[in-house]
Amino acid sequence: MNLNLNAEESTFRDELRLWLASNVPKDWNMWSEKPIEESFAYLRAWQQKLHEGRWAAVSWPKEYGGRSATLMQQALFWEEMARVEAPPMANALGLGLIGPTIIAFGTEAQRKRFIPKILSAEEIWCQGFSEPNAGSDLAGLQMEAQLDGDHYVVNGQKVWTSYGWVGDWCELVVRTDTNAAKHKGLTVLLVNMKSQGLEVRPLRQMTGESEFSELFFRDVRVPVENILGKVNDGWNVAMSTLMYERGSYGARLHLTFRRYITRLIELARSIQRNGRPAAEDPVIRQKLAQCSAEIEIMRFNQMRAFSRVTATGAPGPEGSLQKIFWSELNQRLQQVAQELLGAYGQLLCGDPHAIDQGIWSYAYLRTRGNTIEAGTSEVQRNIIGHFVLGLPRSY
Amino acid sequence: MQFGLNESQELLKDGARKFFAGECPSAEMRRLMETDTAYDGALWAKLTDQGYTGIIFPEEYGGVGLGMVELMLLMEETGRALLPGPFFSTVVLAGSVLLAVSTPSQKKKYLEPICKGKVRATVALLEASASWNTDDLRISAANGKLSGEKLFVTDAAAADFLVVVARNGVFVVDSKARGLKISPLSGMDLTRRLYAVEFSDTPGEELGSIEALPRALDIATAAVSAELVGGMQRTLDITVEYAKTRKQFGKPIGMFQAVQHHCADMYLETESSRSAVYYAGWALEEKSPDAPTAVSIAKMYASDAARSVGNRGIQVHGGMGFTWENDLHLYYRRAKASETAFGDATFHRERIASLVIDSGSVSARTA
Repeated sequence: MNLNLNAEESTFRDELRLWLASNVPKDWNMWSEKPIEESFAYLRAWQQKLHEGRWAAVSWPKEYGGRSATLMQQALFWEEMARVEAPPMANALGLGLIGPTIIAFGTEAQRKRFIPKILSAEEIWCQGFSEPNAGSDLAGLQMEAQLDGDHYVVNGQKVWTSYGWVGDWCELVVRTDTNAAKHKGLTVLLVNMKSQGLEVRPLRQMTGESEFSELFFRDVRVPVENILGKVNDGWNVAMSTLMYERGSYGARLHLTFRRYITRLIELARSIQRNGRPAAEDPVIRQKLAQCSAEIEIMRFNQMRAFSRVTATGAPGPEGSLQKIFWSELNQRLQQVAQELLGAYGQLLCGDPHAIDQGIWSYAYLRTRGNTIEAGTSEVQRNIIGHFVLGLPRSY
Repeated sequence: MQFGLNESQELLKDGARKFFAGECPSAEMRRLMETDTAYDGALWAKLTDQGYTGIIFPEEYGGVGLGMVELMLLMEETGRALLPGPFFSTVVLAGSVLLAVSTPSQKKKYLEPICKGKVRATVALLEASASWNTDDLRISAANGKLSGEKLFVTDAAAADFLVVVARNGVFVVDSKARGLKISPLSGMDLTRRLYAVEFSDTPGEELGSIEALPRALDIATAAVSAELVGGMQRTLDITVEYAKTRKQFGKPIGMFQAVQHHCADMYLETESSRSAVYYAGWALEEKSPDAPTAVSIAKMYASDAARSVGNRGIQVHGGMGFTWENDLHLYYRRAKASETAFGDATFHRERIASLVIDSGSVSARTA
């Protein structure tokens, strides 16, 4: 056990710090809750700049434009990005999930065709996995693709598609064999979002915004060369994408949470409670301390998981622990924020009396999605029960 | 950066697990628990042979010179075995205080025999106020003599000497000293005995001032948290095993999600406590500025988690979990005693608040 950086890690961080110092935009407001649509061109330009410095996809192999960064270097990358309050990258799913899946399962022609434009943010990617009747039970999805000459003809509906409104391409999971067992008849297709018969509708969520879309497919034709991996092996391909999802996302979240708690502590010094600053109120102190401690523990869990994955070579079902931990912690944290802010907590973005432009009311509502998206807490607990603890499958 | 155990740390942990499984299995733990002081000379000699009695102490005093992470690993295994007797009191508590506050010649006199397994010892800290804050202590030494009562002193009847924390210094009192009276308290934890210790004009040898005490108490606090992790792991293992074999409605109960989700939460609480304890061990070893915060985070989280893991473990066992025969209640009792030892979660949350809110230093290690 040694939590000091080794020489390679220090070099990596120093090089990144140097680059960020002269390249990170100064006009980005972390606390702004401006809809992502309005700043998308800005985020594309920022990703392009990162790509030019070869910083857009540090985890990718060098031959595909990455830096073959270790997990610890990836964690450092996100820490440094957060430290300088850098904007997010436009093609988050392409860089984080879909690019790595194409590198792992794609043909050389597919890699050449898709990878460069993922890196440069010229083509934005979205993920077509969930359906109205296939959420937690993803393998039960119904969208059908029938072979017609050298094309698949796709019919059905997808839902909860992030970046659907701006996506140029979609990693789509479809059923190609309706007779096979449900995990065995799936295939992954790479689908051009401009295809005829594909309609994108925004899905308005409880926060009032539309992060996600619904996709409707009516006889959409997809050439067979756009199959990712093997026909009817789509479950493996899709699972690989989901592993990237659970593995990498937590890395940067503790920094977001740390920013929240630091701000709440600052606010607690000025908000009055029982005739003194809330920061001196014993109940508030207990709650802020609990959140602060759990954010640290989330970081420790993450570092331990990275070390384990580095040692064993593959992300495992332990990712479910991180998923439960961050999502439920964020809900508790936002409730503490609401208690601290009192009546002000409910004011929405844009209200002139709102504290921090109303981000707290937004964050409070948004956290309800945390324990649902990327696998519900219940599914994560099933995964721990069966795959980690070896209890018999419950379903 | 590597937040996993290295090869020698793995070896130490595995070795300790096998050692306790062989030398102090459940039946032996229960036998010792029923004896007067839970001290066993033969077991102590074996602990000494393993080097456990000198684990973190310098070689010049007969110690092994290992680090704080190694101590956490050993204590995880003593906690898993629910090791009865004065090991924690002697080695971790008295040993750390002696190391922190005494002169080199006093270390030769008191710490070396601990390392060599020749004596047992403990620390008398709490008084009637039951406050873990040393500012609340009342007893002061006058002319090298102590008077008053200390409470909740662990393993005092097995001790050859007591390290007594007074307002005006830390003192060593021989167990046969004049005016010393040791009487047992009936505590919930049957594997770690508590005593009331009365002093009336009892002579003590001054070791040093209490200013050096916080680090020693931080080491003990982290070690108790490590024991809790071991206890949680054992409770989880017993519970998962039971859920796989116990059948109701024609199925193993572990197939029901209500049961599985209890087990998943036990896993989450155990692993998260372990991460916090290992980090605390590392921060103590590095004498990192965030070590006190890290220790409080570990103790706060493990105190609450151990209770929750115990609650869930007993619940999953149904009626079996409520029997004397099942070991779960012994871990549950220890968890409650350890929860209050060196400050409960509420105490440590306030300490975190004073470190994080008042001084504004969140984590020295967050780059």
